[in-house]
Amino acid sequence: MRLSRFSALLCTLLLATAAHPAATAAGEWDDIAAKARGQTVYWNAWGGDERINAYIAWAGKRVAEDYGVTVRHVKLTDTAEAVARVLAEKAAGRTEGGSVDLIWINGENFAAMKKEGLLYGPFTERLPNFALVDFKNKPTTLVDFTVPTDGLEAPWGMAKINFVYDSARVATPPRTIPDFLTWTRANPGRFTYPAPPDFIGSTFLKQVLIATTPDPDALQRPVSSDAAFKAATAGVWAFLEKLHPYLWRGGKTFPASGTAQMQLLDDGEVDIAISFYPSDAASLAKAGRLPESARTFVLDGGTIGNTHFVAIPFNARAKEGAMVLANFLMSPEAQARKQNIEVWGDQTVLDVAALAPAARARFEALPKHPALLPPEALGPTLLEPHPSWMTRIEAEWQRRFSN
Amino acid sequence: MAETVQQLRPAPRPAAPAGAASGGILRHVPALTLGLFLAPIAAGIVGTWLPAFGYLPALGGETLGLAPWRALMAHPSVPGAVRLTLASGILATVLSFALAIGCVAACHGTRALTRIQRMLAPMLAMPHAAAAIGLAFLIAPSGWFARMVSPWATGWTTPPDVALINDPYGLSLTLALVVKETPYLLLMILAALGQSRANERMAVARSLGYGPVVGWLKTVLPAIYPQIRLPVYAVLAFSLSVVDMALVLAPSTPPPLAVLVYRWFNNPDLALRFPAAAGAGLQLLLVAGAIAAWRGGEALAARLGRAWIAGGARGGSGQRARAAASAAMMALYAMTGLTLAALAIWSVAGRWRYPDAMPGAWTLDNWARHMDGIVWAGGTTLSVAVAASAAALVLVLGCLENEQRQGLRTLTRALWLLYTPLLVPQVAFLFGAQTLAVRLGLDGTWVGLVWSHLLFVLPYVFLTLADPFRSLDERYVRTARCLGAGPARVFWRVKLPMLIRPVLFAAAVGFAVSVAQYLPTQFVGGGRFATLTTEAVTLSAGADRRVIGVFAFLQAVLPLAAFAVALAVPARARRARRSPEPTP
Amino acid sequence: MSGAENGLELRQAALTLHGRPLIGTLDLAVRAGRVVTLMGPSGCGKSSLLAFVCGTLTPAFAARGQVLLGGRDITALPLERRRVGILFQDDLLFPHLSVADNLAFGLPRAVRDRAERRRRVHAALAEADLDDFADRDPATLSGGQRARVALLRTLLAEPLALLLDEPFSKLDAGLRDRFRGFVFEHARRNALPTLLVTHDPADAAAASGPTFEIGTEGLAPCTPPRRLDKPGTAA
Repeated sequence: MRLSRFSALLCTLLLATAAHPAATAAGEWDDIAAKARGQTVYWNAWGGDERINAYIAWAGKRVAEDYGVTVRHVKLTDTAEAVARVLAEKAAGRTEGGSVDLIWINGENFAAMKKEGLLYGPFTERLPNFALVDFKNKPTTLVDFTVPTDGLEAPWGMAKINFVYDSARVATPPRTIPDFLTWTRANPGRFTYPAPPDFIGSTFLKQVLIATTPDPDALQRPVSSDAAFKAATAGVWAFLEKLHPYLWRGGKTFPASGTAQMQLLDDGEVDIAISFYPSDAASLAKAGRLPESARTFVLDGGTIGNTHFVAIPFNARAKEGAMVLANFLMSPEAQARKQNIEVWGDQTVLDVAALAPAARARFEALPKHPALLPPEALGPTLLEPHPSWMTRIEAEWQRRFSN
Repeated sequence: MAETVQQLRPAPRPAAPAGAASGGILRHVPALTLGLFLAPIAAGIVGTWLPAFGYLPALGGETLGLAPWRALMAHPSVPGAVRLTLASGILATVLSFALAIGCVAACHGTRALTRIQRMLAPMLAMPHAAAAIGLAFLIAPSGWFARMVSPWATGWTTPPDVALINDPYGLSLTLALVVKETPYLLLMILAALGQSRANERMAVARSLGYGPVVGWLKTVLPAIYPQIRLPVYAVLAFSLSVVDMALVLAPSTPPPLAVLVYRWFNNPDLALRFPAAAGAGLQLLLVAGAIAAWRGGEALAARLGRAWIAGGARGGSGQRARAAASAAMMALYAMTGLTLAALAIWSVAGRWRYPDAMPGAWTLDNWARHMDGIVWAGGTTLSVAVAASAAALVLVLGCLENEQRQGLRTLTRALWLLYTPLLVPQVAFLFGAQTLAVRLGLDGTWVGLVWSHLLFVLPYVFLTLADPFRSLDERYVRTARCLGAGPARVFWRVKLPMLIRPVLFAAAVGFAVSVAQYLPTQFVGGGRFATLTTEAVTLSAGADRRVIGVFAFLQAVLPLAAFAVALAVPARARRARRSPEPTP
Repeated sequence: MSGAENGLELRQAALTLHGRPLIGTLDLAVRAGRVVTLMGPSGCGKSSLLAFVCGTLTPAFAARGQVLLGGRDITALPLERRRVGILFQDDLLFPHLSVADNLAFGLPRAVRDRAERRRRVHAALAEADLDDFADRDPATLSGGQRARVALLRTLLAEPLALLLDEPFSKLDAGLRDRFRGFVFEHARRNALPTLLVTHDPADAAAASGPTFEIGTEGLAPCTPPRRLDKPGTAA
């Protein structure tokens, strides 16, 4: 009797709270926004591309206008630098007031931070714009290189490997990985790839791995043994040994990054460059950093795609500010501007079709360019292998080619 | 008369210049300076060598052992990295030394030498990162030189596939090092000449029939070498362990050892800290070994030289040597100027396709778009440089003034101490210094950053200011004291105004050194501070050349501006005094 | 002879350099307005004796004895309070100050009134026939003019004794005579006991005061002969 009345009361209460999830969430969000006001967020993000740096600066300005949060872009040559810093702070016992507030991150770096307990969260559920993300069609927004995000990182953009070439100099670009061998033999010194551990170089190697490995499904699981690794990657090394003599600089030197290789393409030192953003060719051509004859192509079997995120270290000084920034980055305004090839060209993580009409219109009004392939023409998206494959492949590449 | 002395002092006592008994705060300045300066380096070396042997409790390393060294030696890139480091470093030092010596020998006493002296300041002022970036702009196959002669002279419509930068032998890095180090060595040699009565020696040699170059090498070089020994060692240490220039110009597969170690320190895999520390230790050993080898080379050269001198070869007229030396210095000077020009042009370039010799379009957009970043990074650079130079000036002036008041003599040992941060590779102790900074709560703070820059600014300020300060005619001081001015009044009203030119010059030198620092900002700045140098080096790894141009140009121009101010202010004041007042 | 009249007095003064005796024990008294000349070969320590008097000996030297000025023992006093003026071979005018500022540098702090300071400086300039040179850069003056300014600067500081360290040797012959007369005239006028160190006998003759030879035995008289028989005798 008493119990049943008590449980009825409990159920009513629960129902009451469940019936107003938005209200509670809004209240909580207001708290976060209020706390964030006046904070300075040190956003550690790769600084190797000026368009991205400009976009980050714009985002910082907007967030300052709307929420009173100051953003400082700490430019990294490699995301691993920021991971190392947080790790060092944890090792030194600094559990609050850390120097990194937000990290642009994915893949191995995320896996490492998650494993070492370096991330704050889960926090994504507390961000209003998180609900707009297209989880169904973009599964990589919840699983990062086979590692579940668990709400520890907020999706920011979609990347897909594609190749940029100068149509004025190249008539038929290669369409499969083995084609690259024939193409480079016919055009020696006109292709290269950035040296791992640069993420584009590493992803090119992954692409080669998928094309040459006997059992692609095994890549979705961690490396089981040295023997298994050897067997699975034998094709990669054989391919590279044959490829390197016909590369730019004879395969003795590699560009430092994907953007460096874009510069080589613009200078005419190479004819093909690798990119992570399908709109790169269009965006760079518009910015005057590639000739107007730049075009995009993808491989016939599909190319690797993934999502990149922002995450908050466990000891960040400005956690609320970081959350406000992460939320803004997922807003339709920010996502549409990001996808604009005149700004950056990075694909959105949002479900555009499900957005409100005004928001959807932002996306539909985005400028086009002959170098910009429509989404249907981008081909199938291959999944990223498990991070353990990558760390080993990078190490093996260093061993074979870096001395 | 007999009523002589009531208070006859029983035994002679040293008569210190009256007033030294007080000493006061000034007496503690040398100790303070040494403490501020050597403690981080000592802590840094200890903090880097302990992990090299496995001891780093924060990461679970509790026992000493050789495991990190074994891991280091087992890494595939290490042998190549060591080979590259030694090759480029030693070659760069030998070339710079030969060029500097040859230049002074060939041009001694001629107008060419005074011309060269005047060219030195701008060449010294340019920070090495900007020099490396600019050089990359110039000599790359798609760089400015190639663009200027293509396609009409070379037929290249696309750049040739020749590794002119990031080449596997590190030659472009060597070239950049030579461009930066030769002016520094020249400056040191010219300073040493002033104290060695070189003109008298040369007069004697010439009158005995020796040609100018051979005569100089046989009579002056042996006399000044002891004084330029330390600067040569500093050049050797720098060439072997430079990181920022290597990031721009050296190959990456494998990179020089210092870059490899730096990358390991930044790797998220914490277990790599141990072999990284071992690598830093190896770097220190490499430098020490190279210095020892150079010392051995000195002894060998001395023996051979004595035989050569005894042989009596007179040498030729030195005309060709003079022409060659002048040409070489002109080339270096031109390189510096072209570097700056290349950076400037890229910063205002719109679209600049290969093989156009000039940009197709010009725009100020690059500057406008990055104003925020420029203000932030530039503000940090300026504030830290000004603070570090000011602090260094205060400490150095305090030490020098104290030295004169106490009547002390300086020891050569003190000079070695002063050179320590210039001889120990930065990467070999900055990790430990970072740990010290974290423990003191200074990492990521502006004060910590200034302190880390002070370590490198102080030696240069001291070296620049010591000679002019000590050689001020002490009779001025005596006269002023006898006119009734106390030591403090003499310092502020007589010494300092008379030394205003060397003081401003030393301040400008300190400023330039601070602007050029890369690793200290990265290690101790804790990721919170961006300077023009860190921005330029980070961007140089592939970003838009136009933005690199903006930041590198600014980085280069700041020290030049400081030198211009340092030279112009006293000149203007002097001119104002010289103009006679109209008589009423 | 009472102490007060014995302007400058050295009692049992001796100097050693790095332990070796440089100047033997000597006693010397210089009366107000008189010039005592010390001669000797170079390196015999003449300038060091002057340094001992004005207090600027470097630590390489060890000194014994007392210096008394106007009866006061000034041996332990810091330099700037000894009220001893010194002139060197070079005028050592401060190059960063104008002529007037150089002259004003030595004015006693006690003279606070600006107008009074200016008056004294201009009086000194007039004394040196340099009325319009107040704001000039010392580098624009001739050697003789600079020497005069140097002396007047020393005198403006109101010293109680004057030390002259070969101040005439850099001037050419005619200038030397004139300047020498200028200096001795002012020394006499201001009743300053003056100690002159020189190697030029003409200076000694012009000083027309007692002349001594300095050495490790102390003082030895030299021509014009005025013998110094025992310590403490003023000449």
